[in-house]
Parts: sequence; structure tokens; C-alpha cells
Amino acid sequence: MSAMLAALNPGWLLIFVGVVAMFLPARRIRQSLAIGAPLVGILMLALADQNVNHLTASVLGLDLVLYRVDGLSFVFGLAFLIAALLNAIYAWHTDDRIQDGMALAYGGAAIAAAFCGDLMTLFVFWEITAVTSVFMVLGAGTRASYFASMRYLGMQILSGVLLLAGIAYVYHDTGDIGLQVFEDLAQPGAMLIFIAFGIKAAFPFLHNWLQDSYSKASVVGAVVLSAFTTKLAVYAFARMFPGQDSLIWIGAIMTCFPVFFAVIENDLRKVLAYSTNNQIGFMICAIGVGTPLAMNGAVAHAFADIMFKGLLFMSMGAVLYRTGTTKASELGGLFRSMPWTTLFCLVGALSISAMPLFSAFVTKSMILSAVAHAGLPIIWLMLMFASAGVLEHSGIKIPYFAFFGHDSGKRVKEAPFNMLLAMGMAAFISIAIGIPALIPGLGYEWLYNLLPYRQEAMTYQPFTFDHVLTQMQLLVLATFAFVLLKRFNIYPPEKRGEILDTDWAYRRVGFSMANWAGTVWGKVGPAMTSVFFKLSSRAYDRIEATFSPRGELARGGLTGAMAVWTAALLGLVLLLAFISVR
Amino acid sequence: MIDLLLNSAPAWALTHAAPLMIMVPLMLGAILALVPSGRIAWIVSIVATLSSFLLSLILLGIVQTNGTGIVSYAIGNWAPPLGIELRVDALNAMILLLVASIGLLASIFSWPTVESEVRKEKTSLFYSAFLLCFGGLCGVAITGDAFNLFVFLEVSSISTYVLVALGAGRDRRALPAAFNYLIMGTIGATFFIIGVGFLYAATGTLNMADIAEKLPAVSGSRTVQAGFAFIVVGLGLKAAMWPLHQWLPNAYSYGPSFVSMFLSATTTKVALYALIRFLFSVFGPEFSFEIASFTYLFMPLGIAAMVACSFQAVFQNDVRRVLAYSSVAQVGYMILGLSLGTADGLSAGLFYLLNHAMIKGTLFMAVAGVVLTYKGTTIRDFAGLGRSAPWTMTAFAIAALSLIGMPLTAGFQSKLQLGYALFEHGWWWAVLLVVFSSALAVIYMGRILEAVFFQPPANPRKTRKEAPIVMLVPLWVMALANIYFGITTKLPLDLARDAAAAVFGMGAGR
Repeated sequence: MSAMLAALNPGWLLIFVGVVAMFLPARRIRQSLAIGAPLVGILMLALADQNVNHLTASVLGLDLVLYRVDGLSFVFGLAFLIAALLNAIYAWHTDDRIQDGMALAYGGAAIAAAFCGDLMTLFVFWEITAVTSVFMVLGAGTRASYFASMRYLGMQILSGVLLLAGIAYVYHDTGDIGLQVFEDLAQPGAMLIFIAFGIKAAFPFLHNWLQDSYSKASVVGAVVLSAFTTKLAVYAFARMFPGQDSLIWIGAIMTCFPVFFAVIENDLRKVLAYSTNNQIGFMICAIGVGTPLAMNGAVAHAFADIMFKGLLFMSMGAVLYRTGTTKASELGGLFRSMPWTTLFCLVGALSISAMPLFSAFVTKSMILSAVAHAGLPIIWLMLMFASAGVLEHSGIKIPYFAFFGHDSGKRVKEAPFNMLLAMGMAAFISIAIGIPALIPGLGYEWLYNLLPYRQEAMTYQPFTFDHVLTQMQLLVLATFAFVLLKRFNIYPPEKRGEILDTDWAYRRVGFSMANWAGTVWGKVGPAMTSVFFKLSSRAYDRIEATFSPRGELARGGLTGAMAVWTAALLGLVLLLAFISVR
Repeated sequence: MIDLLLNSAPAWALTHAAPLMIMVPLMLGAILALVPSGRIAWIVSIVATLSSFLLSLILLGIVQTNGTGIVSYAIGNWAPPLGIELRVDALNAMILLLVASIGLLASIFSWPTVESEVRKEKTSLFYSAFLLCFGGLCGVAITGDAFNLFVFLEVSSISTYVLVALGAGRDRRALPAAFNYLIMGTIGATFFIIGVGFLYAATGTLNMADIAEKLPAVSGSRTVQAGFAFIVVGLGLKAAMWPLHQWLPNAYSYGPSFVSMFLSATTTKVALYALIRFLFSVFGPEFSFEIASFTYLFMPLGIAAMVACSFQAVFQNDVRRVLAYSSVAQVGYMILGLSLGTADGLSAGLFYLLNHAMIKGTLFMAVAGVVLTYKGTTIRDFAGLGRSAPWTMTAFAIAALSLIGMPLTAGFQSKLQLGYALFEHGWWWAVLLVVFSSALAVIYMGRILEAVFFQPPANPRKTRKEAPIVMLVPLWVMALANIYFGITTKLPLDLARDAAAAVFGMGAGR
């Protein structure tokens, strides 16, 4: 039994249970399954040996590795499984078969993708995550969410198609579809795969799907979405593009640009979506640096981010569930009616801000140290700026405008118990992996122990005097800046409005051009169609006159025609023989 | 499985496997003519085909393991060049396995449809003719003697004419179809025997291996060339090579549905085998007139068949005629493969042959199921059947997709191998034509599938009615085989490669 558990990809279990759950009308059974499956998955993962191909198959001459655990995928898989568990608890109060099943299958697909050992299997699960996750956006059931989900689906499928094309190129060039490190981006295969991953990781200019869909998803949907898709892309980058120089700059830009949007954005879930961009940027940048310390930092930060970003989305989801909005302009003063949610949100906010004793501090400091050791001062400054920005928009803005600030007068009930439980667990993890190892093996050491470069991780000391001091200076000064700006009313007030992001280029300009092209085509098209129809109907007539049962080929006495043909063919063969042999 | 069979079979079965393979069905066929009950005849025919199936597995096992790759059996202990020799190598072992396994599945599935389509007092005669036909086909595939091959060809052909004519119980047009088939088949057989006569005149022997040895010395003689021409045309006619295919559509569409299923999967395949045997074993690609006929005869005719008959299939209104024309088109693919004159091309052609037998067998089986329960065979009669006979029609759809060449089906793999061989040879334009012809297959099979699954039934009184389980099981065995061999191609591809290697004299591929 345990041997079987150890040899089966836990992602498959989740996908299977998810599909089954979709057809289960009994709500509590379904949700118990959704909670039980990740627990069993964690057990399976704990039993599985590392660096062994547990399950392989050969399809159409391709050698597929369906289940393989190693140091890198283990951390991501574990984080995904924990996230799936928290999501299931968080969704306990809802009754939505499609959402329950699809959320589980979505998490399962991400896990299965993280534990596969070849590009083809990765592609398959890559596409499954795309298809299943769309339901998270659709689940909100509003018109806006429908359009957002279609856009989301389009981008995800585009990513899948690019990935497939890249795999085809790579297979053609090397004949190998195993997971491999691509050094040279000039090769078209590597480039295509790079862009495919980039779409999922929401690279600058490819990021708009994220803000659009996360903020329009359902309460549970946004929480589920925040855990898997982008982190899977981070995993894929860490697996196939470690030390890729261009990632350093892409990552650094990713950390900085969302700060501006996030500070002026009114919808708090959209703020969180921008801060997702920003956090992914740290990981991407670290992967670009590619030293063992940096890779450890990226992986650890991904783990921490899944927890605290999930926590923040959960707290905003609770607010949305109780008040019906996450607009900063309509919220405020909720700490009176939702004290627990406020507390958990603050834990999340402190974690994301990398406050010492909270999770991001022990993970992000690795990234910053790695960047500093690699001798990249400009990048380091950009990351510091972004860290201050994170505090500004996620650490202070979110809790301040939602729970404090001017009182909106809303008096609502505290969030349901299951939501609080899920938030509490996420908050616990965020603190537990942030505190020093008072008991050896626990605290941040527990997380460091799991990292792919274990040796380097265990020798790294996060709680040094200069780390703590630098971070505290940053945090205190940034907080001070917020207070000053607020005091003199310079801080952008919470206002309704639409922020023009880079997608304006294709939303407005591109759309107008498509519109214009459509009008032109409307004139030219019919003319061309009629010409084409005339030509093709003439061709069809000719073909039918020849081949149909009453056509040329079927005419004439059957036997007589055949005899003639036989004789003609005999003559032909004789002639050929006569000519060819002289 | 083959090892198990080889180990457990009695010694007499191992030594006499080759003659038993044909004697059992022929003898039982003769006895069946005297049996009054059709049902007993059915059981007996299953027993006969089952024994041939096991024997064909034994023969294949011996050929694969005995080192020389050849089983030679002298009938009556008359030494080969003078006596009649049964000679099995990797090529005919493969064909024998194909014929025997199709024969077995066909006879299992036959009873309900034969019972409903053939007059009661003639059912045992029908099975007698079937076993004669089956035995004749096995004989063609197993014999090493050119004249003996002619005899078996006639045994199988004459019984086929009878089988087609017995369709008159359902459709009177079966009679002229059988008559036409008789006239044309006889022309083909006559051409073939004239060709064999020429070869005998030139070499003084009828044993095929012996002829092959003596031919190079006399290859300049006009007699040999005339013999070549007659044999190619004669066997080409039997194999339904375009434009000598015109007996086929009528015979397939008006005969009993069981007969069209069995014939489509075996007769043309066996005739094609005989053609390959003569082209590659008796003659060889080293003869200049054969190279010329590859380039200027087989290749153009293969392509013409692929394109023209696919077009004809598009315009047919009867499902069985669509399938029949498509069969001729598929023969075109195989001819195109062998016209490359290389081992790769030949193995692609043979691989295509195996897969196509499987595909067409499935399709005609499904049609037989429909004929049994709903009578009509026009496309309009098929409308809405997806709902009333889902199992039958799903199997039909799988085979149809396989015929089109959808990935993960056997049909895709065979087109892929053919494409590889064509590319290797530099005939990339032929690949384009293959793709074009496959697109036509999308149209003609698509028409049927559209009617089956998306149109309301033409006759709303049709209720949910599947074919009986005796028919569904062989049908689904074949349909699943289409998928199985579309995913792992090792088994049929190895058979085809070994066969091609055997006739090219390179020893078994493994």
C-alpha cells in the first residue's frame, strides 16, 4: 500500500478526485474529499523517494517521466499541496460543484506538472491548469468575469501553444524531451519556451491578464488562482532557465513597475494582483542570478509567497464576502466588526513586507544577499526600492484602507469560521517559518532544510545584525513616508477610476484597428467570396461530372470497359519492358 | 503467447503446420456442404478458422525463431523443384496471420447476419463456400509453387463468386455483380496463368524460388518480359489496382454484408501479397523492366487510385460503396509504397496493408450490424444511428477516424510510415498527395459521421437497437486494436519490417 502511494504522482490523485467531486451532489462529502485529497497527497509526497523516476511511460516513441521528485520540485509540490488544503477549507461555506472540483483538479494539475520529468508531460498538465483555472474566474458569474475569463483563457492557451511549439523545436534539434537547462536563448525552441513561461509568470507587458482576472474572480477563485499558475511558471523557470542573465533585468523591472500601479489602484484585490507581479519579480530576478544562494532564495520565497499571498487574498475575499466590495473608496473601519480577519490580514501584510520574525524576511534576505554577492548594485537598489513599495501598497495600504482609515460605517458579521480557520493556518505558517529556530529544526530552519541547495541554506544566517537593521530602517522610513504623505494629503486618495496599464495598447489601439479592418473586410469580403464561390462551384461541377455515380468514370459497360483497360495496361507494361530492355 | 504455443503444441502440429493450415478449412469446407444445419456449420467454421489461426501463430513463431527464417514443406515428400513446396517466410507468415485472425473474428461474428441475409437452406452451403474461400486464400499465401498459387487463387475466387451471388437473398443486384466479378476475375486469373506459362517456357520450372534462381540468366528474353507483363496485370486486377478495380465496388456493396467484410479485409490483401511475392521474390528490383514499371506504372496508378477513387467515394450515397471506393484508394497507398522499390517502401506498404485490413474490417463489421438491425445502407439510412446504436456506431467512428488518419489510431501510424518512406526517397510531392487524399477521406467519412451523430433519424420509429453481442465483441476487438496499434506500433511494424527484410534477402530484422 505504502509502496503504491509512494509511486503515484499526488497531482493525479487530486485531478481524479476533483473530477469525481464535480459530479457529487452531496456537498459535505465533496468538500471532505477536497480536504482529504491534499492530506493524502502530502503523505504520498512524504513517502516518495527523491531523484528516482517513479513512473515512466513510452507513448508514440517519446519517453515520458510521469513522476519524479527532487529537491526543487519537492518544495513547490509541498507548497501546492498545502495551498490546495487551505483552499478547500476556505471554500467550506460555499456550495459550488464546478468550483470545488475544478479547484482541486487545477491544484492537482499544477502539482503533477511540478513532478513530471519531461517536457511533453509538462505541456499536458500546463494545459490542464489553463483549462481548469478558467472556472475560478468564471465562478464569479458576472458579465465582467466572463470577459476576463475569456481573456485569461486566451493568454493561457497561447502560452500552451508556444510551449508546444518550443518543445517541437527542441525535440527536432536534440531528439530529447527531458527537462533540460537551456543556456542559449537565441535558439528558437528555447525562446518559444521562455515566452510561454513568461506569459504564465506575467512578465512585464504580458501581465495584464493577471490583474484583470484575479480581481474579477469569485471569492474562493482568487485565492485558488493566487497559489498555482504563476508559481508553476516560477518553478519552470527555476528548472529550465537558472542563471539566465536576461531574467535578472526582467525580474528587477517586474518588482518595480507594479509599485506605481498598486499605489494608485482602488480595487484592493487588484492591488494584491499587482503585488503578485512584484513578488514574482523577486523570484525571477533570483533565478536569473542563479547562484545556489539565489536559487534557494527564489524557491523559499515562492513557498512563503504562496502562504502569505494566499492569506492576503483570503482576507480580502472575506471582506468581499461580507461587504460585497473590495473598493478602497467604499471600505474602512472594518476592524471593529471583523477583528480576526483584521489580525490575520495584518500578519499577511507584515509577512509580505518582510518584517523580521515574519516569513518573507528570511526568504527575501537570501535573494538580496545573493544579488549583493553577485555584484549587481543597480539591481540591488531596484529591489530595495521595490521592497519599500511592497510595504507601501501591500503592507500598509491594504489593511489601512480596508480595516482602518476613515470609517465607512459598514457593520458586518465576522467572516465564517472556516475562512478564519484557513486564514489562521496560513498565518501560522507565515509566522512559523519566519521565526528563529528556537528549537533546532523548526522555525526558518525547517524551510531551509527543504531547499534544493541544502548545504548552502543551512549555513546562511538571516538574523544577522545588518540584515535586521537594513530591513528595519527600510520599513520604518517607508512607514514614516506613508504617514507624512497621508498627513499632508499628498498620498493618492482612494478614488474610483480606471488605471491605464500597458494593455491599453491593444485594448484601445489594437481594438480600433481590428474594428477598422473588420469594416474594410465587410466591404471587400463579399466581393471576394462571390468570386471564390463561382470558381469553386465550377470546379465542383467539373469534379462531380467526373467522379459521381452518374459521371464519366462510371459510364460504359462495366465488363467491356474493364477488359479494355486490362488490355491497355498489358500493352503499357509490355511497352515499358520493351523500351527499358534493349 | 507464441512461445507458449510453440512449447505446448504437439510435435505433429509443429512439423505439419503448413499443410494443416490449408487442409483443415478445405476438408471441413467440403464436409460442410453435406451438413443440414446452418448453426452447426457456423460452429464448424469457427473451429476451422481457429485451428488455422493457431497454426498461423505457430508458423510465425517457427519463422521467427528457427534461424533461417524459412519453413519449407515438401508435399508428399516430393523434393521441391519438382514436387509442390509450401514455403513460409516472414512475409507470408504475416499475411497468414492476418487472413487467419480476420477469418476467425469474421466467422465468430457471422451468424446473426448470415442467418438474416442468406436463405435458410443455403446457410451451410454458404459456410462451405466461406471455408473454401478461406482455405484458398491461405493456400495462395502459403504455397511456394507458381502453378499451385494459381490453383488456390481460383479456389478462393470461385468460392468468392458464390459468396457474392448468395447476397441475392437481400439484394438482386448481387447476381450481376457476382457475374461481372466472375468475368473479370477470370480474365485476371487467365492473364496470371499465361504469365506463369511464359516463365515456365523460359526457365523450365514452376517452383517460385527455383524460378527466381534461374531468371537472371534469361532476363533479356522477351518471353520473360511478356510473362512479367501478364503476371503484373493479372494479379493487379485481383488486387483491385486502379483502373482494374471496377469489379470491386459492386461486389462489396451487393454481396452479403458478412462477405463484404471478409473480402475487404482479406482478398485484395492476399492478391497484393502475391503481386509483392512476384515483384520482389521471383523477379526483383534489379531487373530494369521492373524498375521502369515501378516508376511509370505502379507509382502513377497508385496515385491515380488515391485521388480518383477518393473523389468517387465522396459522391457515393451508399455507405458500403463509399467504403468500397475508399478500399480501392487505400490499395493505391499500398501500391505507392511498394513502387518505391526499397525495403522501407515495401515495409511501409505492408504495414499499411495490415492496418487497413483492420480498419476496413471494423467499418464493414459495423455496417453489417446496421444492416442486420435497420436494413438500409444509404447514408440517409444511417442518420441518427449514433443515438439508437451507440456501441456499434462508436466503433464505426473509431475506425473512420483511423481511416482518415487521426493521431493515436493505427491509420495515422501507417500514413506516417508511408510518409517517412516517401520522404526518404525524395518523393515529397507524393506526401502532399497522400495528405490531399486523406483530406478527401475526411470529407467522405465526415459525411457519414455527420449523418450518424448530428442528424435526426430519417425514420423516427427506429428505436434503440444494437447489434447482438456476438457481433459487438469482434467489432470492438477490432476497434480497440485500431487504437492499441495506434499507440504502440511495435508488433505490426516489426512484422512488416521483418517481411520486407525477408524478401529483400537481408535476413530477419531482429
